[in-house]
Amino acid sequence: MLTSWPILSLLVWLPIAAGLAVMLFGERRANSARWFALIVSVAVFVISLGLIVGFNTQTAAMQFVEHVPWIPAFGINYALGIDGISMPLIVLTTFTTILVVVAAWEVIKDKAHQYLAAFLIMEGMMNGTFAAMDAIVFYFFFEGMLIPMFIIIGIWGGPRRVYATIKFFLYTFLGSVFMLVALIYMYFQSGSFAIPVLHDLPLTLTEQILIFLAFLIAFAVKIPMWPVHTWLPDAHVEAPTGGSVILAAIMLKIGGYGFLRFSLPMTPDAAAELDWLMILLSLVAIVYIGFVAMVQSDMKKLVAYSSISHMGFVTLGMFVIFMIVSNPANTSASGVTLALEGAMVQMISHGLISAAMFLSIGVLYDRLHSREISAYGGVVNTMPWFGALVVVFAMANVGLPGTSGFVGEFMVILASFKASFWIALIAALTLIIGAAYTLWMVKRVIFGEVKNEGVKTLDDLNFREAWVLGVLAFLIVLIGVWPNPLVEVMHASIENLAQQALTTKL
Amino acid sequence: MTLASLNLQPVLPEIVLAAMACLILLVDPFMPKRGPSVSYALSLLTLVALFVITLLQMDDSVRMSFGGMVVNDPMADVMKLVIYALVAAVLVMSRTYLRQRGIDKGEYYMLGLFGVLGMMITISSNHLLLLYLGLELLSLAMYAMTAFKRDDGRASEAAMKYFVLGALASGILLYGMSLLYGVTGDLTLTAIADSVAGGEDSLALKAAVVLIVVGAVFKMGIAPFHMWLPDVYEGAPTAVTLYLAAAPKIAALALVMRLLVDGMGPLFSDWQPMLIVVAMLSMAIGNVVAIAQTSFKRMLTYSTIGHVGFILLGVLAGTNEGYAAALFYTIAYAVMTIGGFGIILLLARQGFEAESLEDLKGLNDRSPVMAFVFLLLMFSMAGIPFTFGFWAKLAVLQSIVGIGLWWLAIFAVVTAVIGAFYYLRAVKMVYFDQPTDTSPIQADANVRGVLALSGASMLIFGLYPTGLTALTAGAFGL
Repeated sequence: MLTSWPILSLLVWLPIAAGLAVMLFGERRANSARWFALIVSVAVFVISLGLIVGFNTQTAAMQFVEHVPWIPAFGINYALGIDGISMPLIVLTTFTTILVVVAAWEVIKDKAHQYLAAFLIMEGMMNGTFAAMDAIVFYFFFEGMLIPMFIIIGIWGGPRRVYATIKFFLYTFLGSVFMLVALIYMYFQSGSFAIPVLHDLPLTLTEQILIFLAFLIAFAVKIPMWPVHTWLPDAHVEAPTGGSVILAAIMLKIGGYGFLRFSLPMTPDAAAELDWLMILLSLVAIVYIGFVAMVQSDMKKLVAYSSISHMGFVTLGMFVIFMIVSNPANTSASGVTLALEGAMVQMISHGLISAAMFLSIGVLYDRLHSREISAYGGVVNTMPWFGALVVVFAMANVGLPGTSGFVGEFMVILASFKASFWIALIAALTLIIGAAYTLWMVKRVIFGEVKNEGVKTLDDLNFREAWVLGVLAFLIVLIGVWPNPLVEVMHASIENLAQQALTTKL
Repeated sequence: MTLASLNLQPVLPEIVLAAMACLILLVDPFMPKRGPSVSYALSLLTLVALFVITLLQMDDSVRMSFGGMVVNDPMADVMKLVIYALVAAVLVMSRTYLRQRGIDKGEYYMLGLFGVLGMMITISSNHLLLLYLGLELLSLAMYAMTAFKRDDGRASEAAMKYFVLGALASGILLYGMSLLYGVTGDLTLTAIADSVAGGEDSLALKAAVVLIVVGAVFKMGIAPFHMWLPDVYEGAPTAVTLYLAAAPKIAALALVMRLLVDGMGPLFSDWQPMLIVVAMLSMAIGNVVAIAQTSFKRMLTYSTIGHVGFILLGVLAGTNEGYAAALFYTIAYAVMTIGGFGIILLLARQGFEAESLEDLKGLNDRSPVMAFVFLLLMFSMAGIPFTFGFWAKLAVLQSIVGIGLWWLAIFAVVTAVIGAFYYLRAVKMVYFDQPTDTSPIQADANVRGVLALSGASMLIFGLYPTGLTALTAGAFGL
């Protein structure tokens, strides 16, 4: 029986234990460290496929549940479980980790064993965050992952890495401590840290608003929302390729996941009360950050800003639901699940697209050691395969139908129409801005005349790189043309969440 | 009461310790000149023996003896056990350091043991005079240890400062005690508690509370009475700093617990606001001023000031959960501190003190294992999950949110975020910078071993603190 195995614990602790083990390999056995890390990450991915196989899409209840008392003196239980919201994110995490390990193969030469160890430990912590069913367990992993990320950016990052990594750490740490206090407060109201119990905890509006704001600081920094996004471009630019990939593909999603798991169901009335604020911030992110992305001269920075803009769709989808139900023109609440599912699909899709974009930039950076757009031009002449793949990723980033980027954004915009024409209009406008900055970058980097000697000597993708980018391109198109399985997995859980979010606690 | 009717068993550990310390004092001069190996071995043996005795005597009840002067409760037992382990670790680590500086003398171990005796008496006393006696015994041992490198101007200055300010603190404390005695007519703490509970509020009683709180937090090194701490910790030889910073904080917690909770528990509403103020000051000053330090030793000292502020949060919660949290935090703090100052011992060698932050640079290239230990220690001090320090912070935060002081919890976590900056900076030196000093690390296996142990305990208690939380909760009958 598959479900009787502690699959989730394996997904959390196997990579962490393996990461500690990899650290012992030492500088001289870097190659064995690479193989070991690859084997572990593939094994973890295979285990996570067990989640898909054993998953029951008919229920919104937690599955693969594990529950053991952890620290009775503090009322903390080691409780894990997944539903349709967390399961795709866990699989995304285990999949992305393989890519990161492979992408680092020849690229990371200095202290490769520590690099791989940090990513494996990250993987375990991220899985733990998504699987946690106890608020403190969630916080434990949520904050614990700052340690490996701090090290990753700080050791293998670019020239301003120290500034970037300390900024990243302090921003996210400051964000999350308020959440900790809020969680402890809720513990004393309910007598438990169990997330399902906190979902049902009745709270007054004032309490809800304060708790909502505490959560907001934590998750808004993580996702990140305007105006607390400023750590992200710095961290992304300075991080090594693998760090950028994990940051964009997974860590940002943890902020979005936090909204779904904590803010919406625990403080629904506060969320309804403050939905204007969230929608406003989302729209600012979508439009303003889109314009900011356009003027970047650094490719990584451009993609970083585009990430923030895309995350704006996620938060828009999550909080527009309150306007949908309050709009008298709507007779049914079908737009609500559409919006939430759109936000979820957008998260998964952005995980794949941003990983692909950063890996592509990494491919160029490994060859010419520059991230400046102006340092390239006419790359397609020397790297035709690479050029083709980048165009696919760029189209996905723009949200072209047939790619995964289209599905999520389209669902969110469609749902926004049910809330207000103007919100939908503004959100839809960003598709044009997104197209502008993405395609303009592609034009300047990939196409045109060969600009300089460096570009002339470029080699096309090697087998390793082609494999990594090819798999990503396949998945992006697959979700783009056939998103149904993904939507089906999350449907029951999203409906349940929508009901929780729209039921008043007062 | 005749001598024959006295039951000496409750104070057996204290008696054994006093006898052994005197024995070492006698034996040491007759030992060959090669070094005080015998004293060292005897000291460790004594601590192991004490550990066993206390462990055997441990039970859940509160045992009064000597006409109510001595109390042995679970809190005392747990604290004593931790102190033995901490002091043993300190002695093991300091040997080579002391020898290289020509101060590896038998007196060091003898003073160390007398200090332990002072701590034990403080912890177990239920009587104002006995408490004072224990405190002074501890303080005198620490003054002498600070001045141990007597030809060193810095150490002598530190000892002098320590002595003068320590005496001032003792004076304030004693004055408070005398007022308390004047009001209640009792010296036994439990009797005082009964008396103040029934008695009316008088100005003299208030003055007594103020003076006792000031004296106690002075000894603990809490802002705004912290000015002596950085100079003393920096000036003392690092091995001594290790001793001063770790175990005595547990005794200081006991001092606060005995005086405020056992003796003046009914006056909770009087001393709680004072503790709130000093705890806030301590967390703010400790964590902000640490940022400005260039000396690693001073930085750790200011971090200590921040940590004791957190410890006070548990005490001022006024609940058993809070006291347990304070004890848990103190134990975590002591283990972290041994590791933190231990890193200085690790990098020091003959004729070289690694006290500057710059000396940490590139440790990851010189010794990846020790760098990882350092990383765990720093993140633990910052209170990041997966480390011991996270649970410590969570415990005290839980206890103050539990009594409704959630704004104080927010203040505390904000100072913790500020504090995180300088821990990160230290980690940055170790991991992100190139070494300026590429000579191999010379520290012996003892230092490395204890450091590895403290690093491992950060991770082990970071993942599974359950046993320790049960122990500290049990110390307060939870």
